[in-house]
Order: sequence, then structure tokens, then C-alpha cells
Amino acid sequence: MQTVNDAEEQLKFDQRIIDEQKIEPTDWMPDDYRKNLIRQMSQHAHSEVIGMQPEGNWITRAPTLRRKAVLLSKVQDEGGHGLYLYSATESLGITRSKLIELLQTGVAKYASIFNYPTLTWADMGAIGWLVDGAAIVNQISLQRTSYGPYARAMIRICKEESFHQRQGYEIMTVLAKGSVEQKEMAQDAMNRNWWPSLMMFGPHDSDSAHSGKSMKWKIKRQSNDYLRQKFIDQTVPQIEALGLEMPDPELKWNEDRGHYDSGEINWEEFYQVINGSGPCNYQRLKHHKKAHKDGEWVRTAVRAYQEKQTAKNQTNVA
Amino acid sequence: MTSENNQQSINQEQLAVYEVFIRSNRGLDHKHVGSLHAESPEHALMYARDCYLRRSEGVSVWVVKSTDITASQEDDIPNFIDPMDDKPYRHATHYVLPENVTNM
Repeated sequence: MQTVNDAEEQLKFDQRIIDEQKIEPTDWMPDDYRKNLIRQMSQHAHSEVIGMQPEGNWITRAPTLRRKAVLLSKVQDEGGHGLYLYSATESLGITRSKLIELLQTGVAKYASIFNYPTLTWADMGAIGWLVDGAAIVNQISLQRTSYGPYARAMIRICKEESFHQRQGYEIMTVLAKGSVEQKEMAQDAMNRNWWPSLMMFGPHDSDSAHSGKSMKWKIKRQSNDYLRQKFIDQTVPQIEALGLEMPDPELKWNEDRGHYDSGEINWEEFYQVINGSGPCNYQRLKHHKKAHKDGEWVRTAVRAYQEKQTAKNQTNVA
Repeated sequence: MTSENNQQSINQEQLAVYEVFIRSNRGLDHKHVGSLHAESPEHALMYARDCYLRRSEGVSVWVVKSTDITASQEDDIPNFIDPMDDKPYRHATHYVLPENVTNM
């Protein structure tokens, strides 16, 4: 129920958004703004953490020590980025355990790309280059999001992520200039990861359930289709530089639009994967639950130590 | 103005030290600007306002009791923080891009 006070606060909030001011945790905010942020930010946090799995799959099998060190660093970064985002989400008044519960019960989503398997080493190249590339396009835009803690987390993440895309592209460069088999492997990994990467930007603007409000509140600053086009335009020349075939035969420069045209995304596949029927959905959540359960002894030990210290201090005081 | 007794009772050493953090503008991080002595967090907040915010320096103030801050030891930094200089691959500049790729 809206009170007179709420109505006044709402006006103040709206004005802040109009004035390009950030909203901070202690400010009054509409319930829907809070809910929308929790949904989007936790989805982002879950994506960072679940995204560690497909790449973690190749750490032990990286072809050289250098590649292994690079991949380890990258996966470590993703864990850190999950932490930044969970902490920022918690500033909205939801607990970490609730966020984890929502993920593990399938209520909260994560980027659908991580429900695809990483079949060959070339997937490490394609993921760094395409998936992180798409994520960076999105995250650069989100540095200007209206919620202060989210914007600051994005700035930190973008800074750290600068090497992720390049290490992926470097892997692709080496494979694309390697033996026939290596080049085929690079082509295959790019083809498989291309469409899911485009899906990362979400449904078309006309079909996006949350876009309208998110844009009005400046949580999102640019539309799904705008960002997807930006990604396509910057990536096509990179595909050409690798000397690989286009993953979509309809990718063609459109002089009139000043953009690349591209084929239609298979949205049925997108919704199937989002709703749990992707190749690895079951495996990803199962692994997350197992890792969480396996870590329970650490949390128990921390609590036990804390209790012991508290008891000790009380005895000392007495 | 103040009697000797009074001066004794507000002797600074008897007051807790508070660190002051100011957010200069909405959207930015709070930044440490200095410290002050105060008898309570509320007092520290008012005092911080009077000391540090006389020229619209900020839109938000945090005061934190200095003793509540756990800090690293300056002398121990080389042992405590590894600059990871042996891991240049954590920086984008480590990777050489083909000449015709300019937008990554």
C-alpha cells in the first residue's frame, strides 16, 4: 500500500533517475525496482559462478603450463566477480543463503550459454573470445546502471576482465593458423558458441519481459538488440582476421544500415535452455549443489571457531 | 572559558578515535578523509560534518571507530600482498593481437 510518504519518496526517486544520479542502498526505492535489481544482479552473480564449470573442465587438460596458468587465473577471476556481485546484491536486503537457494531450486536463472558443453580445447578459445566478449559489451553498458553498488562492481569487473577476451582470441589465433585439424577444431568451437553467445543478450526488445521497466529505471542503459548488434559488428572483422568461415551464412555488411545483417536466432532453443532443457542444465546445478554441500565443513568450522573465541573472550572478561 | 576540570573531562586521549569516510558524489565510493576524537558514533558524525563538510565536500559520511578497523601492517606488505609480477598474463597488454584486429 502506498502512503503519502511513499508518494513523496517516489517523486524524489524518479527525479534522481531523471538527473542521472545513482541510487544508493540506504535510499528509498520502489519495491519493483528492488525486485528487478535482485533478479538481474543475482542472475549476473550466478552466471559468474556457474560459468566457472565449463572452463574448469579444461584446467587439468590445458595443452601447456602457460595455458593452464592463464585459464586458472581467468576462472579465479570469475569466482571473484561472483563475490563482488553477490555482495552488491546483498546490499538490497537479501541474504546470500537465500540467493543460493533460489539458484539451486531453479527459481533464479544464469546465462544460458553455460548450459552448453565444452567439447574441445578450442572451446576455451571460443568462450574467452565470444562469451566474455559478449559479456564485456553488456557490462560496459552496465557501468552506467542507476544502482550505485552494481555500477561500481561493473567498473571493477570490466577492469579485471580485460585479459579474458584476449587470451581466448589468442587461443583461436594459434589454432586457426595451426594444422588442418586445429583449424577445424577452432571453426567447430566458434560455430557451436556463436549462436548461444548472441542469445546472451536476451530476447528481442519487442519480446523482452523485463526490458521496459529496466530501461525506464536506467538499470539497463541500452537495449538487448542494440548491444547484440554492437557485438556482431565488432566480432565479424575478428572472424575475418582468423581466416575462419562465418558461423552464420547471412552475416553480411549492410551499407544502408551501417551494420552487419545476420540470420535469425533459434528462439525455441533459447527458451528451452533457459527453462532447464539445455544439454548441461542438470549437470551444472548438480555440481553446484555438490560443491556447496562439500564446503559445508568449512562453514561449520568457521562457526565453531567463532563460538570458541567468543566464549574465550567472555571468560577473560569475567 | 573552560575550567581546568572540564578540560580534563574532555581530554582527547579519553575519547575514541573515529575514521571519517566521505562520498563526494552519489555513485562514487566513500573515501577516507581523516579522523577525529568523539565520545559516541553520533557525536563523531556531527563532528565529522562540522570538520570535513564545510564546503559541500560530500553527500554522505561514514564514521568508523579506528579500533574496529583491522589493517595490514605496512612493513609486512611484501610478505602479505603478492604483486603477481610473475603473472603478466593477467593483463590484457600481455596478449599480442593481429595487426588487423583493432577493436578488442
